[in-house]
Amino acid sequence: MPANTAKIEELVSREYQHGFYTPIEEETVPPGLNEEIIRIISAKKQEPAWLTEWRLKAYRHWLTMQEPTWQNVRYQPIDYNAICYYSAPKMKERPKSLDEVDPELLRTYEKLGIPLREQEMLAGVAVDAVFDSVSVATTFKEKLAEHGVIFCSFSEAVQQYPDLVRRYLGTVVPYNDNFFAALNSAVFSDGSFCYVPKGVRCPMELSTYFRINAAKTGQFERTLIIADEGAYVSYLEGCTAPMRDEHQLHAAVVELVALEGAEIKYSTVQNWYPGDKEGRGGIYNFVTKRGICLGRRSKISWTQVETGSAITWKYPSVILRGDESVGEFYSVALTNHYQQADTGTKMIHLGRNTRSTILSKAISAGHGQNSYRGLVKVMRGAEHARNYTQCDSLLIGEHCGAHTFPYMEVRNSSAIVEHEATTSKISEDQLFYCQSRGISLEDAVSMIVSGFCRAVFQELPMEFAVEAHKLMGVSLEGAIG
Amino acid sequence: MTKQPLLEIRNLHVRVDGTPILRGIDLVVHRGEVHAIMGPNGSGKSTLCYVLAGREGYEVTQGEVLYEGRNLLAMSPEERARAGVFLAFQYPVEIPGVGNMYFLRTALNAVRKSRGLEPIDAMDFLQLVREKARLVGIDERLLKRSVNEGFSGGEKKRNEVLQMALLEPTLAILDETDSGLDIDALRIVADGVNALRNEQHAVLAITHYQRLLEYLVPDVVHVLVAGRIVRSGGPELARELELRGYAPYEQAAASAPL
Repeated sequence: MPANTAKIEELVSREYQHGFYTPIEEETVPPGLNEEIIRIISAKKQEPAWLTEWRLKAYRHWLTMQEPTWQNVRYQPIDYNAICYYSAPKMKERPKSLDEVDPELLRTYEKLGIPLREQEMLAGVAVDAVFDSVSVATTFKEKLAEHGVIFCSFSEAVQQYPDLVRRYLGTVVPYNDNFFAALNSAVFSDGSFCYVPKGVRCPMELSTYFRINAAKTGQFERTLIIADEGAYVSYLEGCTAPMRDEHQLHAAVVELVALEGAEIKYSTVQNWYPGDKEGRGGIYNFVTKRGICLGRRSKISWTQVETGSAITWKYPSVILRGDESVGEFYSVALTNHYQQADTGTKMIHLGRNTRSTILSKAISAGHGQNSYRGLVKVMRGAEHARNYTQCDSLLIGEHCGAHTFPYMEVRNSSAIVEHEATTSKISEDQLFYCQSRGISLEDAVSMIVSGFCRAVFQELPMEFAVEAHKLMGVSLEGAIG
Repeated sequence: MTKQPLLEIRNLHVRVDGTPILRGIDLVVHRGEVHAIMGPNGSGKSTLCYVLAGREGYEVTQGEVLYEGRNLLAMSPEERARAGVFLAFQYPVEIPGVGNMYFLRTALNAVRKSRGLEPIDAMDFLQLVREKARLVGIDERLLKRSVNEGFSGGEKKRNEVLQMALLEPTLAILDETDSGLDIDALRIVADGVNALRNEQHAVLAITHYQRLLEYLVPDVVHVLVAGRIVRSGGPELARELELRGYAPYEQAAASAPL
């Protein structure tokens, strides 16, 4: 049997596809973190005084905080003064149209499979392209504007829609929420902003593509999405980075706000550089994502496919404040080689008749360690709250690990909370069964993994389902056959 | 001129976890023949099936197996399948989340590819699978579910016969396909196998009981006891076994040297 195991391990250890570096002139601030650096970043972005103050407040609070140690991951201490907190491709001004964008940047995104020129783009997907610390292009803005949808870089939103930004920034993830959120609040450089007005169903998928390029640089972006009453938006997020021997930090914050009857669907395909086979290099993906269902019958749905990063620390959560609101979390996390993931969600039930669903699929291969960590909290007023949680782990090979840390706090006796968990190995029986029908071992592994992830992949928008399948080394036919 | 056997097993010895299970099997199967192998529990019937299909963990210590004159034991399980060897499992395996239709089409296309054929067109496949499903009495709804997941015992067995009907193997090995089936299901399974029967194909049916052989009349019956074929004969041998059981053979085997 070890013969097969060895073959399987070989199959899942593919080379990273997006590890190239774009030689482009960048403007960077010196490494290190202090009030001066924060003022420089804020000044570069010509921010209003209240925002500079907010950053500084976050920084001062961060100085009093300890880096968390409760997560089930191991890494060398991070020297926060060795990181460069701002790096941007040199541009005279923010380009007004794609024609003014450096062709080298356009080529970078083309190489990544994200053409930014509208005639070449995937129909029906608007893209905001974030390169290191800045947004370099946002497509389909005019078309979205016809529907009253605002979709732009965060920096632009601060200039053009300061009232909206000020009203919602930090309301879901406060600047003092946790160590990495506080750091982000102090130094965040760009990200995406989206506002969908009352009753509008956003006519296309919105997406942000994050690219880390510069060395020794952290990426600290901030995304804020607001769906007004009865609005709907589906948002996609993709990420890649060059291959490097040193680790790079990515500490983002995402805040979602859904008002009465609104729905936000947020999908991520995370493929940051995971490090090499010996665990050298790779991104530390320490991210805070949270949404609030403010109004009645609102809904927030997180779907994530996490295949990259050396370490993932991420718990996309939903605060269910509005009565009858719905929170969902669908996750596939794959750890291979020496990758570590500690990921899951928090569902906080405040309103009556609130419902949440958690479906987590963890795949571990090589020496990968994969932990699901989830909290379901039902507060006293959450009459008839319901939660269903299912956590499945799949182990490939002999040296990997899967761990589950479910927490439940229920303070209302009318609540129904269910939890199911399974751990299995890719079985020799399944492999042999496929092979004895003429299917190669490689296709058999793909097929079984794809089947394992199917319930989550089904939640992804079509374009992303394709991407996710490719990432998992799986053909799309597996999901639709 | 004597024709080349489809399958020729010569003095096959196999161990599992160091324990000898097969102790010198000799068997010759020609195209067009149906052979039945009968034997008590633990006699090595399933081991023989798995060795022929290429499962890992079965150590061949002596002997050889020729399939169409080629060394079968040197081929991977998928190569054997593509060359026309098919094993209908005693306990078909569930593959959650993988659609049965998709599985069947992938298998068929893998076999077609090895024969230099183009992948089957989606519409043609749908038509083909429906036709075969009718033949083996499979509810079309089962085609839309995950492979074997939540299928009853009988449904799983019929699904095996459906796969066989689609892949049209040259050598079909049935590992106790009759076990756990009621009479109606048994007849359907036997009909499915009989439909494949012609001078190009051969069947090796492993069974514990004689009743399958009433519907699937074999040309040759072999008695497998303690890892050896102790007797071979015509269909009448099966009826004799039904009456007298395996006890006389087991006693003889117990006193034989290893």
